[in-house]
Amino acid sequence: MSTTSAIERIESYAGRPGELIQALQVAQEEFGHVSEEMEAHIADTLGVSVGQVHGVVTFYHLFRTRPAGRHTIRLCLGTACHVLGAGRILATIQEHLGIGVGGTTDDGLFSLDVVRCLGTCSLAPVMMIDDDVHGRLTSERVLDVLEAYASAEARR
Amino acid sequence: MSAREVRVCSGTACRSAGALEIHARLAAAVEAAGLQDAVSLTETGCMGPCAKGPVVHVVPDDVLYTGVSPNDAEEIVREHLVAGRVVGRLLWAEGLESPSQIPFFAHQRKNVLANSGAIDPDRIEAYEAGGGYGALRRAVSEMTPERIVAAVTESGLRGRGGAGFPTGRKWRFTLDAPGRPKYVVCNADEGDPGAFMDRAILEGDPHAVIEGMAIAARAIGADRGYVYVRAEYPLAISRLRTALAQARDRGWLGEDVLGTGFSFDIDLRIGAGAFVCGEETALLASIEGRRGAPRPRPPFPAQSGLHGRPTLINNVETFANVRTILRDGPEAYSAVGTASSKGTKVFALAGQIVNTGLVEVPIGTTLRELVFDIGGGVPKGRDLKAIQIGGPSGGCLPADLLDVPIDYESLTEHGAIMGSGGVIVLDDTACMVNVARFFLDFTATESCGKCVPCRVGIPTMRDILVRITEGAGEPDDLDRLRELAALVKSTALCGLGQTAPNPVLSTLRYFEDEYRAHIEDRICPSGVCESLAPPYAIDPETCRACDRCAAVCPTGAALGTPGEPPYEIDEALCIRCGACFKACPFDAVTRGARS
Repeated sequence: MSTTSAIERIESYAGRPGELIQALQVAQEEFGHVSEEMEAHIADTLGVSVGQVHGVVTFYHLFRTRPAGRHTIRLCLGTACHVLGAGRILATIQEHLGIGVGGTTDDGLFSLDVVRCLGTCSLAPVMMIDDDVHGRLTSERVLDVLEAYASAEARR
Repeated sequence: MSAREVRVCSGTACRSAGALEIHARLAAAVEAAGLQDAVSLTETGCMGPCAKGPVVHVVPDDVLYTGVSPNDAEEIVREHLVAGRVVGRLLWAEGLESPSQIPFFAHQRKNVLANSGAIDPDRIEAYEAGGGYGALRRAVSEMTPERIVAAVTESGLRGRGGAGFPTGRKWRFTLDAPGRPKYVVCNADEGDPGAFMDRAILEGDPHAVIEGMAIAARAIGADRGYVYVRAEYPLAISRLRTALAQARDRGWLGEDVLGTGFSFDIDLRIGAGAFVCGEETALLASIEGRRGAPRPRPPFPAQSGLHGRPTLINNVETFANVRTILRDGPEAYSAVGTASSKGTKVFALAGQIVNTGLVEVPIGTTLRELVFDIGGGVPKGRDLKAIQIGGPSGGCLPADLLDVPIDYESLTEHGAIMGSGGVIVLDDTACMVNVARFFLDFTATESCGKCVPCRVGIPTMRDILVRITEGAGEPDDLDRLRELAALVKSTALCGLGQTAPNPVLSTLRYFEDEYRAHIEDRICPSGVCESLAPPYAIDPETCRACDRCAAVCPTGAALGTPGEPPYEIDEALCIRCGACFKACPFDAVTRGARS
C-alpha cells in the first residue's frame, strides 16, 4: 500500500466510528506504528475523541505507539513453546540483539515482541519474523535465522 | 484429468519447513521428465502430521512421503512417478505406505478436515467438485429456515469453541428474535495457547466455513456476516480473502443467490491481539471498533448483538460442521459420538508428544487413544505426567485418567473442559505449579480489567503461585488459592475470568503433592523452578570421567580423576549454576527429573 492510498483509505472511513480499528490497522501497516499525530488525525476523520482512539490503541497488543524496526520478531510464549523452552530462546534473542521485549535495535533492523500463541504449536518453540514462521528453534538456530535477516539487509 | 496427483502439504508447519520449494522442485522435475499431462501437482491445506513434515501424498497410489526435503523432489519423480517404485526411505516407517496403514491416520475419522490435505484451498472448483456448496444450494432452494434449524438441532451439534452450547438452540433463538437486520459472525479469534484447529481449517478448507455461515444466514434471516480472524494468522487471512472473492464470483455470496431472493455477504475483520476478544460480547465490541471489553449477559447476542441487533456467533469449526449435517442428514451426523456429544472433534496435539499435529476423532474417543495410538506417546522414552486440555480455561489431567472419554461432560467432571481442542502433553520434566503459574500469567495479562474479580483476583492468585515457585510459599497458600479460585469463578463477568482458575484447581486436585513439595520441602521435584531445583548429580553409569564438568565448575564441586569414573558433585559446594549440566557431552549430569 502506498502512503497516498493509506491516507485515502483512512479518509474513506470518515464519519464512521465503527471503522476505528480498521483505520488504525491501515495506519500501522503503512507507517509501522500509530503516532500521536496519527491518533489525532484518525479521531478527527472518524468523528471520535482522541481519548477513545488512544483507549483502543493501548487495549490491543498489536498496536505500537513507537516506530518499529524493519523486521518485527514475534516470539511465541504459548503453552507448547513454554514447556519446550521458549524462555531460553527469549533470553538468547535479548542477549544477541541487546534489547528487551517491546524494544527496537539501534540500527532499526529488529523489533522484539512476544505473543501469547502463534497457533503453530507443532513447531514449538516458534517465532514469526514479519509474516514468516520459523519453528523448532534452538538457541543456535534462532541466531542463524537472525543472522540471515541481518545479512540479507546488509546486501540491500 | 491427470492420471496421478501429487499433493504437497502447504499448511503453516510444512511451509516453514520448505513445502513451497518442494512444490517448485517437483514441478520442475515433472516437466523435465515430460510428465506434465500425466501428473498434476496440488498445494493442499494441512494433512495433520506436522511433526513428520513436510509431507507429500501421491494419489491414487496412496503413498505418503514424510520428512521430504527439496532435494528429494527429483528422486520422487524419477523413482515413483517414472519407474513406479516407492521411495522407501521417505516412508513414515518401513512398509507403511498408505495413511490407512499408519496408526496416526487409521484411528482418526475426518469430517471437518476431509478436504484439508486433499484439495487446493485456493481453488473453489476443487471444493465444488467434491460436492461443495451443495448443502447451501439445498438450504436456499429446498429448505425453509425452520427446517434448517430443525436439522441442526436434531444433529446434536454443539459449539466447538469452548462451552459446548447446543448450536441448534442458538440458531433457534436468533431466528425467533425480533429485529432486523440480523448478523452472522464467525469467531476465528483462536486465542487459546496450544490451539490451532481453526487456523488449519481456514487455511485448508475456507469454503466449508463460508458455506456454513451462508447456511446459517439463510436459517436465521441474516444478510450480512463477519469473520473475525486474528492477525497472527496471515495465511488464513489471505486464503479467506481469496475464497470470499471466489464465492462472490460464483454466485454463492452476494445479491439474490441462485435466483432465490436470498442475499448474504461476508466481511473480514482482523483482530488486533487481545485474547479476551474470543469472548463473544468482547468480539462484537471489537467489530464495532471499540475496546474488546465484555458485557454482562443477558441480553445474549441472539437478542442484542452487533449494533444491538440479533446476532448469531459460532466458531470456525462449528460452521465447518454444518454442511455435513445438511448433506448427510442429521441422523447420519448424530450416529457418530456419544449420547450427549455428537460428531467429531478436531484436536491440536502439541507439547511433549511424538506426533505433534492436527487430528480429528469421533467425540468419545479416550485420551489414551488420542495421545498414544494417534499421538505416538511421549518422546525420548519419558513418562507422561499430564495432559493439558482446553487452554487457559481448561485443566491438567493426570496419566491415570487416560481412559476418560473425550466429551463435554466427562472432561468437565474431571476438572478440564473440551474447550476449543488444544491438547498439550506434559512429560515428567514438567512442573505442574509452574504450568499453573504460566496460565495465570497469561490470564492476568489478558484480563480486560473491567471487573474486579478478574482484574484483582487473578493477579493475586498468580502472585501466590510466583511465591510458591520461588521458594517462599506459605503453609496456608493452598487454602488461599482454593478460596480465591472459588470466588473468581463465581463472580467474574465473563468466561475468561470464570474459567481462569481452572488450571490452578485441576493441578491442585491431581498434583497437590507437587505444591506441597514446593512449600514444605522447598523442592521442585522436576527441577523447573530454579531456586527450588534439586542439586545436580552425576549418574555413575553414564559418566565417562572426561573431566569436562570439573573443568568448568567454578566452585570445585565436581570432583573426580580423569579416566576413572564416576565423578561426583559435592552438594555443599554446588551453587547450582548448571555449568556442568551444559558441559557434559554424555548427559550424565542430572537434576531432579530433568536429565
